[in-house]
Amino acid sequence: MTGARLWLAAAAAAVLAGPVAAQTPAPTAEPMMIGPPAPLERGPAVPQPRSDTDPPRPEQIVTGLSQDEVDITASFTGSDILIYGAIRRNEPIADDTSPGIIVTLEGPSQSVTVRRMGRVGPIWMNTARLRVGAAPDFYAVASSAPLYLLLDPDEDVRHRISPALAIRALGTVDVEDATAFTEAMLRIRTESGRYRVDEGSVQIVDETLFRADVVMPSNLVEGDYRARIFLLRGGKVVDRNTVPIRVEKVGIERWLYRLSINHSFWYGLMSLGIAIGAGALASAVFRMLRRG
Amino acid sequence: MGKIRAAMQIYLPIAEVSVNALTLIGLGGIVGLMSGLFGVGGGFLITPLLFFIGIPPAIAVATGANQVVASSVTGVLAHLRRKSVDIRMGVVLLIGGVVGSTLGVGVFALLQRMGQVDLVVQLSYVVFLGFIGLTMLRESLSALMASRSATPPRRRLHEHSWVHRLPWKMKFRTSGLYISVLPPLLVGIAVGVLAAIMGVGGGFIMVPAMIYLLGMPTKVVIGTSLFQIAAVSGYTTLMHAVSSNTVDIMLAVLLIMGGVVGAQLGTQLGARLKGEQLRILLALLVLAVCARIAFDLVVPPADLYSIAAK
Repeated sequence: MTGARLWLAAAAAAVLAGPVAAQTPAPTAEPMMIGPPAPLERGPAVPQPRSDTDPPRPEQIVTGLSQDEVDITASFTGSDILIYGAIRRNEPIADDTSPGIIVTLEGPSQSVTVRRMGRVGPIWMNTARLRVGAAPDFYAVASSAPLYLLLDPDEDVRHRISPALAIRALGTVDVEDATAFTEAMLRIRTESGRYRVDEGSVQIVDETLFRADVVMPSNLVEGDYRARIFLLRGGKVVDRNTVPIRVEKVGIERWLYRLSINHSFWYGLMSLGIAIGAGALASAVFRMLRRG
Repeated sequence: MGKIRAAMQIYLPIAEVSVNALTLIGLGGIVGLMSGLFGVGGGFLITPLLFFIGIPPAIAVATGANQVVASSVTGVLAHLRRKSVDIRMGVVLLIGGVVGSTLGVGVFALLQRMGQVDLVVQLSYVVFLGFIGLTMLRESLSALMASRSATPPRRRLHEHSWVHRLPWKMKFRTSGLYISVLPPLLVGIAVGVLAAIMGVGGGFIMVPAMIYLLGMPTKVVIGTSLFQIAAVSGYTTLMHAVSSNTVDIMLAVLLIMGGVVGAQLGTQLGARLKGEQLRILLALLVLAVCARIAFDLVVPPADLYSIAAK
């Protein structure tokens, strides 16, 4: 946490110095990112509206992460990611609205099959299904105020911020009430903690500094995650930032996982060997115990 | 206490979930006990229990098979020392088992494409467990009554039936049988098919088949069944590891730790119980699992919807 505080102080200093010294002529999208950005599995949901040729904005955000890599070890029980930063004003804001921050954190997308059961005779069985083309395995939204106050619905659609908008139904839809299926999926994933909306959990200090603590659950899937940070004013997105986070198995977890994929036959033999060895060992130990 | 529980959490590399290590060891222990006691691999218990604690089904089935190898190996070694394994019979059953298991994997893949694999699995559990449980319960109860009556009726070594009129007879010395190889081969195939479809070792089907169809003595049945189960689940584990990468070795090790100890305790407990009592207990266990699955099929589900990620 102390490291994060330092960063926060550094971010604040950068903001204060920014307009006066103008040390960076064209601020880059990720000013505080460490190391080269990891390639994302798929592009952002909408085309990035901003490029280097855009005129400088009156307000921008600079952001940082407590860690840009999450290591999954054998004792992994989840992780807290601190996303923090500052709002940098390039010119005085005449607006009397106060700024809002929304942070989203999403995991790699997979296709998901949603099934619904129906009654056939006395038995309940799966009778209908819907395939959702791409849905993130994990999706968390944190905001500085209730979403409906911060965000206009059309801006929500444009940037796909609410969990319901982060999942997309692709392919042929062969059920009449597709929304019932996607709603069920949202509900199931929300109940299991995979999808989360924490309104009001982002703290803003002096309308300048902000921090969001996002809890990542223990059943994380390996892959490229990304954090998106939105600065809002009057319901509109004023600026946004995307930061990649790599979630990776390390140590024995990584070794076993790779082995099971790349050398599956030997992995299978090893599993068998352990099983047979353990069985024989237990048998021998118990025989000794009975004699002794 | 909370801290200890948190410290025992372990992340499974293939299943990609974090679970409590003590829970897994405990589960393994209970199933191992069953294995040693009844000569069943315990797959029909471990697989549903793993679903229940949140392990993805494909991984539960494959890793369950691996755990069954360990508990049945330790069981079979104990039985080998007591000379209660009919190895010749075991090998004949095993040949049938490998053929059947390969067939069953094909049927399983077909059902999966049709999207009804869960239903078929549950229905076969209900039908087979119900039939076997009732047959065993009836038979073992009447045997128990008979043994308690003042003058126990003289029991014939085994009854002669159509099974004994088939060709290709073979001597199974340990079982004291001289029968055709066809019935054990067919039993092996049938068990192999069911084992692959239901994701179990098939002991709970084979034990009754050996007693009632082949006429083998109960004491030999358990060791021989374990011998066949160890080999068939070893084959299944390897197939799953190669074809679908669904064996979680970390999960398997934890289950095995509990399982081998449980199996040893079960074998010793089994030696002290009478054959009839043992069969009544197994019959009741089989019926309980059957009732539970049947209940799940007819009761309106708590959630009509379910999701499965690719």
